[in-house]
Amino acid sequence: MHSDVWIAGGGVICGIGNNLSECLTAFERMEPGMAHMEYLHSVHRHTFPVVEVKVSNAILAGWTGMSEKISRTALLSSVAVQEAWKSTGLGDISQYRVGFVSANTVGGMDKTEDFFADYLLDPSKGHLSQVVHHECGAITELVADAMGIRHHISTISTACSSSANALMYGSRLIRNNMVDVVIAGGTDALTRFTLNGFNTLMILDPAACRPFDDTRAGLNLGEGAGYVVLISDALAAELPSSHQPWCRLSGYANANDAYHQTASSPDGTGNFLAMQGALEMSGIRPEDIDYINLHGTGTQNNDSAEGSAIARLFAPHYPPVSSTKSFTGHTLGASGGIEAVFSAWAVKEGVIYPNANFSKQMKDVPFSPVTKFSAGNQLQHVMSNSFGFGGNCSSLVFSKNEQS
Amino acid sequence: MYIYIQGTGCVSPQETAAGNTFPAAVLPWEGPRLKAWEPDYKQWIDVKLIRRMSRVIKMGVAAAKLSLQEAGVEIPDAIITGTAYGCLDDTGVFLSKMINQQEEMLTPTAFIQSTHNTVAGQIALMLGCHAYNNTFVHKGFSFESALLDSIMILREGRSSSILAGAMDELTNHSFNILSRFDLYKKEPVTHEQLLKSTTHGTVAGEGAACFVLGTEKGPNTKAKLTGLTTLYKPAGKAEISPDITSFLAAHNCSQEEVSLVITGRNGDAAGDEWYEYVEDTLFAGKPVAGFKHLCGEYPTAASFGMWMGNRILAEQEVPAAALLKGTVPDHIKKVLIYNHYKQTHHSLILLTVC
Repeated sequence: MHSDVWIAGGGVICGIGNNLSECLTAFERMEPGMAHMEYLHSVHRHTFPVVEVKVSNAILAGWTGMSEKISRTALLSSVAVQEAWKSTGLGDISQYRVGFVSANTVGGMDKTEDFFADYLLDPSKGHLSQVVHHECGAITELVADAMGIRHHISTISTACSSSANALMYGSRLIRNNMVDVVIAGGTDALTRFTLNGFNTLMILDPAACRPFDDTRAGLNLGEGAGYVVLISDALAAELPSSHQPWCRLSGYANANDAYHQTASSPDGTGNFLAMQGALEMSGIRPEDIDYINLHGTGTQNNDSAEGSAIARLFAPHYPPVSSTKSFTGHTLGASGGIEAVFSAWAVKEGVIYPNANFSKQMKDVPFSPVTKFSAGNQLQHVMSNSFGFGGNCSSLVFSKNEQS
Repeated sequence: MYIYIQGTGCVSPQETAAGNTFPAAVLPWEGPRLKAWEPDYKQWIDVKLIRRMSRVIKMGVAAAKLSLQEAGVEIPDAIITGTAYGCLDDTGVFLSKMINQQEEMLTPTAFIQSTHNTVAGQIALMLGCHAYNNTFVHKGFSFESALLDSIMILREGRSSSILAGAMDELTNHSFNILSRFDLYKKEPVTHEQLLKSTTHGTVAGEGAACFVLGTEKGPNTKAKLTGLTTLYKPAGKAEISPDITSFLAAHNCSQEEVSLVITGRNGDAAGDEWYEYVEDTLFAGKPVAGFKHLCGEYPTAASFGMWMGNRILAEQEVPAAALLKGTVPDHIKKVLIYNHYKQTHHSLILLTVC
């Protein structure tokens, strides 16, 4: 029960790169991915910038060996899962007891909304093939089946904190010796449903988002997928020196803000409890955290609440912080997975990611984000935050391989 | 460590929400769509909130409240839900308006309430519960994943009571679309005939069932949750038998000790062959009960089966309407629930009387 869970590798696809290496280059060159919609068809095309994966479904299908007719959410998932698995060097997946825990928020909604346009005109119309993968779990199964995973599969949906919870559940499966390996993370493609939903909440910025900036005016939606490969102590001990784990998932916690269905409490109660719980599980103090990958959506409410909670927990020793959503946009159910890959890599390579578009410190927060890329830092512990609708707040802590 | 069922609550097409006992009579239904019997929600929810809540939220909150009341727990140490479809009604409302109004002049309420974690979030909000909160959305494993997460957290030893449950609603849109996938009976059928049917298809159902699980007995505890496992796409019927045998062995339970088998039989001829195979090969002569003629088929229907299993252990009696074959022993000690959803998602739940 007290064994460690290790990160053996990771994979990511998002609006700044089709793999981890491309994303790192974009951070280094300070190239955020916001642009006009090219693949999503919406009347808001020229109103709101989004951070799309700059690849068509046909090309994604070609990369993954899947059908181009299935949901983009599954195609994105498959790309990142394949990269994550390859990065571990674990080889033939069939020789392990493997779990796949994937998160998403709207399943195959990108196809359902096309189906619904025909269906609403005539309930006997609309191609059933467009709605057969509507359920969130269907997306997970498409990828699990393609990978040949069947020991344990599950899907989590807790809005924007979904895939952080996938890492927690995956970690528990390993600690309970149900499986040896879990591919954990999440995926979400852009849909008109989510774009219009966030628009009704009036939290979409018509310009590039500015997380933790006093002039921030909302978020930009993004899309993508990100997965880490969690492995047991026993399996980590067998890895060759050429493929040592990136780091440990040393702590995690999930708490509920219990304040409002969509808004965060002003003092970020849930955020505070999640961060505090994760530190406690890691057995470390706030000053031991060397970098925080913020939830940092760029909305007034989130950044104030998250900032307050960090101030309460970390004052007066603020670690470097930044929101990579200033590059990737908010990828919703994928964000916790994408940022887990970035955070785990940060521990491995000492990377601190920049926060783009920052110019003016927030009045109500006593710290400001890092604005320059750097590598080779000594990072012992990195925290990743994911907060969402429904009051769902989750924090993860990634730590260097040496026990602290 | 034992895991005790401290309280249960169930909203279903039967009058299960009227109290926590098994209803005296079956609410009859006809046709392929069963609707939940809804209690007066005012006893748990503010009237102003009720008006805005979709049925799945109300059913989920009611089942949660009933289970917490029975357990005597005000604030649980975690809230974990499972829902295959999530908040379908609000999803359908927002989607329809978005299409009909060409993405203009939309309002946020339906979108806000469409996310799959709405029910768990609402329960937390109503209870003022800051604890762990999670929602599983994996088709026919949604409920089982919620149970498994609860079991693993309880084993960590820092939580004493967890609220775990599942909820799914049927809407006009979802029933229309699922019907087009040829899931339901074409011919008229009643609750008395359904499980004897030899034709294709079943009937659609819905409901919510919640359980307070804890490491200690509660004042109303009657059963333990002894074991749980899931099997994804087993190769065939022959594969399921050794899986059931090893599941029982892992929980120190012989086949003889199983007093009653509850199966997810739903009247679909091909799907029911799995249950028949297991009844005939592993549990010949054992009494068998069914439940989907009472709640209909839906991806989280196993939660109704577990609610019924707990009631049977509590009352030491199998309702006549549920018993399909065999003679029930005087002392009902262990109940095995074997369910599958569309032959893809198979699960086993073992309950033991306290």
